[in-house]
Parts: sequence; C-alpha cells; structure tokens
Amino acid sequence: MSLDISFIGILIGSIMASSVPLILAASGELITERSGVLNLGVEGMMIIGAISGFALMVITDNLFIAIIGSMLSGVIISLIFGFLTQSLLTNHVATGLALTIFGIGLSAMLGKDFVGIPGKDFPILFSSLRESIPFFGPILFGHSIILYFAFVLPFLTNYFLKKTKLGLVVRAVGDSPISASNQGINVILVRYCCILYGGGMCGLAGAYLSLIYTPQWIENMTAGRGWIALALVVFATWSPIKVLIGAIIFGGISILQLHMQAVGFRIPVQFLIALPYLMTIIVLVVISRDSRKIKLNTPTSLGRIFYKEK
Amino acid sequence: MYKNFFRYLISAIFLITFSISAKAEFKVGFVYIGPTGDHGWTYQHDEGRKAVEAAGIKTTYVESVKYGADAERVIRQLAQSGHDLIFTTSFGYMDATNKVAKDFPNVKFEHATGYKREHSNVSTYSARFYQGRTILGHIAGKLTKTNTIGYIASFPIPEVIRGINAMTLAAQKVNPNIKTKIVWVFSWYDPGKEAEAAQALIDQGADIIMQHTDSTAPVQTAEKAGIWSFGQASDMQRFAPKSILTSIIDDWAPYYVERAIAARDGKWSQQDTWHGLKEGMVAMSPYNKEMGADLVKEAEQLQKDLASGKIHSFTGPIYDQKGNILVAEGKVADDGMLLGMNVYVKGVEGDIPK
Repeated sequence: MSLDISFIGILIGSIMASSVPLILAASGELITERSGVLNLGVEGMMIIGAISGFALMVITDNLFIAIIGSMLSGVIISLIFGFLTQSLLTNHVATGLALTIFGIGLSAMLGKDFVGIPGKDFPILFSSLRESIPFFGPILFGHSIILYFAFVLPFLTNYFLKKTKLGLVVRAVGDSPISASNQGINVILVRYCCILYGGGMCGLAGAYLSLIYTPQWIENMTAGRGWIALALVVFATWSPIKVLIGAIIFGGISILQLHMQAVGFRIPVQFLIALPYLMTIIVLVVISRDSRKIKLNTPTSLGRIFYKEK
Repeated sequence: MYKNFFRYLISAIFLITFSISAKAEFKVGFVYIGPTGDHGWTYQHDEGRKAVEAAGIKTTYVESVKYGADAERVIRQLAQSGHDLIFTTSFGYMDATNKVAKDFPNVKFEHATGYKREHSNVSTYSARFYQGRTILGHIAGKLTKTNTIGYIASFPIPEVIRGINAMTLAAQKVNPNIKTKIVWVFSWYDPGKEAEAAQALIDQGADIIMQHTDSTAPVQTAEKAGIWSFGQASDMQRFAPKSILTSIIDDWAPYYVERAIAARDGKWSQQDTWHGLKEGMVAMSPYNKEMGADLVKEAEQLQKDLASGKIHSFTGPIYDQKGNILVAEGKVADDGMLLGMNVYVKGVEGDIPK
C-alpha cells in the first residue's frame, strides 16, 4: 500500500464520506429510542428519503428542495409509525418491521420512472483548499454541507440530551413515562416529536445516498445500511459520541478492506468482508464497559407501550 | 427479504387471478432474480420479454425471486396457471427448474446460464460474455498508463473468473506489463459498495475500471475521477459519458422471440445454446471516439474476428498463476474447460476466494 501522507488524507476523506448516512440515521434513531420508542423502520424511512430526494431533484431541478423534501418524506412516513404505536398502541417491533417492508415496497413503486436517470453534481465546499493543502485538505475541505452537518450532529445531540431542559424531558419520558406523565409532561406528544425527528434524519440519510454519495436512484439502494445504523445505536449504548465513533470505524474498515483486497493481502476475502462488523462490535463493547454508564444511558422503557388512563 | 415477501404476495394474487382466467391461449412466463429496473442483468432480460410481447405472444413475469423454495413455488405456479414456455433467468434456478419440469412434461422450460437438462422439456442457454471481455482487455491494455486495471467482481463463480481471465489475456497480448487488481464485493448489486470498491482501485493506481456487478455506480465513480471505464450488461454510456469506452450488452431478444415462436408452432426441441458475438447475443455499445481512431478500428476488427471464430478468447499458451500450462500452444480452450473455469491465469493478482 502506498503510504504517502497525501494518500492517507484522501483515504480519511473517503472514510468520512462513507460514514455519513450511518451517523445521520443513527443519531435520529438515538433520539427516538431515548424517548422510549423502538422504531425498526430505519431502513424503510431511509429508502423513502432516498427516492423522494432523487425524484424531487429530477422534477424541480433544485437540490435544496430535494434535501428538504427528503426530510419531510421521512417525517411523513414516520408519522404513520407514530400514529400506530402512540395513538393506536400497536407493538413497536412489529410496526417498525412493517414500516421497513412498506418503505422498500413503496419506494420501488414510486421509483419506477426514475431508474436510469443520471444524478446531478452536488456542490462541494472549499474545493480549492482541498487541492492546495496536503493531507488536511482532503480531510477538512471539499465535502458537501451534509457531511459537515453529520459530523456536528452527534455533539449537538449530546448537548441536547445532557444540558437542555428539553433533553431532560426526552430522557425522562424514555426512562419512566409514568413518572413523567405524573409530572405533567405530555408523554405521547414528546414521543411523537422524537419519532418525527428520527424520521427526518433517516430521510436525510437516504437522500445523502441518492443525491451525493452515489447520485442515482436504484431500487433497494440503501442495501441494509438502516439495520447497521440501528445496531450502532445499541452497541454505542445510546451515546451520541460513541455512535459517531462506531460509524467512523465501520465506514473506515469497510473501505480499508477494499484497499487491502486491491493491494493483494493474502487474507481470505470473506474474513475481510466480515471485518467491519466484527471490529465495530469489539470496539464499541470495549469502550462501553462501564455498566453504570450503560444503565444511565439506556432508556429503561424502550419499546414498551405507554398509555394514559383517563 | 421483506420486499420479496411483499412482491410474492402480490404476484401470488396475480397468479391466482391468472389461473382462474386461464384460457388455451399460448403464454410465456419469465422469472427474474432482480427488479426489472436494475438497469443491468434483469433489465436486459425484460427487454427480451418485451420483444416476445411485440411479436404477438402473451407474457407474464415475476421479479426479484429468491433462489430455493421460493423459486420452485413461483415456477410451479407459472406452470400451473397455463404458461406453455417458462424462462428462468438466473443460475441459481437450475434445480428448481428441473424439479418443476419433471411434473409438467407438457410445459417447456428454458434455464439461463445453467448446465442441467434432466428432462426432455428443459433447455439451457447462455451468452459468451467473455468475448466482450477480450475486447475490453485489448482496449484497456492499450490505454492504461499505470499498467493497472481495476476489476470489481461479484461472486467467485466460473462465469466471473472466465471474464477476469479473458480480459487479462487480451490485455497481456498488447501490454505484457499489465496487472489486474481485483476487489470482490460479494454482491451483484450494492451501489454504495461498488462505488467504494471503484474508488479503492483508483486509489491503488488503477486508471481503468471495469465491473462484473450490476449497478452504474462504478462508472460514475470513474467519471468523477477522470479515468476510463467500461459498462456492464446494458449500455451505461449516459451515466458516464466521458469515461465509458464501451459496454458489453446482453441481447436476449432474438433468442427469446425465436424460442417462443418455435414453442407456439410446436417446433420446440431441447437445446443447449451458448451464443456470442456471432449470433448477437453479446453485443458492444458504440466505441468512444476518445480512445483514438486506430484503437476503435482495432476493436471493431477484433469484434469481427471473435464473431467469425478467427480469434478465440482463450488461445494457448495459457498459464495459471503458478506457471502451470492450462492450454497448450496453438490449442484453444474447449467449452467444458470454459464452463468450469476456477483458476486465475498468470498476471492476475491475489487468490480466488474459496
């Protein structure tokens, strides 16, 4: 492997780009889960975001509308989940799975007319700095605005949950909805908001794939990334910063293993392909060994149905 | 997984409706491994189906059918619901096709890329895609400056290995220093992963990218990086107008129309078909002029010679990676050897995943 410094910079840049959809979707799902709602529909919401973003880009020729629209479509589809689980009190797991099936099927149907249309170049920021500064240039510059947003988001999420009153409300609702309700908090409303926020972030994650990362629409193009995001949230023990670390490790090893193949390392390819999953789990388990902290971060009432007696 | 379940449900409802309204009319059924919108393998099979429809014959198709029990059930339903001829268009449908064929002796079956014909109503057919790879190898060998060709591979089956070898042999002939770097993605279809694989190969010095996967992500990555690439299965030119030199196109339409008409007229008989450039089952999309007029001419000549049989993609001497002789000087590889190919030729880097 050629190991000159500028090459490593480019490599780190592409690792960052590949981890963006995971960071976005996992950060959104994290808020949903911290409010006590387990939404397994991440994959479905992502794919709906991907087709909506791409379709809007083709129809309106405006990337801003496409991005906003993809988030809105994620919000709308998660509203179905919210209505079913919060207002009709259906089982979270079953409803979330149904949402994924529904999202994949619906996106395939909506996308029929958008297959085979080339995407558009998404504007990148500071592209001149990327070329002129060795090593740091490709890492810090020349990315889309969504990437910068994704890398700030876990810190904002962390701040929100730990330092703001609203964050405390979300955590209270996730830990003990009955006590929260007795304190006068509208549990259902808070959970609705968290579900919709999660949907919006998943929609954005999908749009990142169809508009920026591989600009095109193909059926099922999320290819299981939603499930990885879900797993990240659990293995990161509901900590936003660890979600970020996990996503970067996963993206990083996924890309490094391709480089190792291209270089011709004599390691079985199947092992290399399993490596990102293994390493992410190992690292997250190792950095999350403190059981006191896990207890603190785990939403106690995750996935349990809450209803208020009248 | 769930997407497929949803699809089966719909297709099952359709099939039941069809079987109720089944008439004596001649009908052809198609079973696809992917969505018709994949813009690659299944897309091309569906183009073939449309040609059959255009010839005035009724067709039905079922998309995204998984290998195994699901495949058998779908094929059986098609046979039961009055289809007279059924095309199963992926390698993994081999056993299911033969199993159903046994129970429906009056229905004709055509299985793509397989080799089992256990009953007299089963035919097999495939295309000599490797002939296209020979042309790609020739062009790549002439154009590469880094002497490194990047190859994105899907699964280690003979079909894929044959393509890698055919390309490498042709490239070596015009450029003995050529190296083929391979990345296995273990998927037919994952745009994100295919794009990352292409980028990894480019970062490792490849200045020409080709793929044996189905999405257009690799050619788009090549376009962005400003290097050459080749399209796969269908003409991908509009996804990477500057980068694409040519695409290997699978054209099933003439074969499907011929077989459907034969079956309708009672002239169908069991066959094993392996067609290539000569018959038009493999075609090349227009060559990119940017490669230079001379090279375009060479490619066109090579295409003609491969079609006429004057040149064979696997002409000896051919050595494996360890230097053992595979095909002696002056000989060509027979079809049996091609169909079971499971070793790399000299010049390919790495090991075949086992």
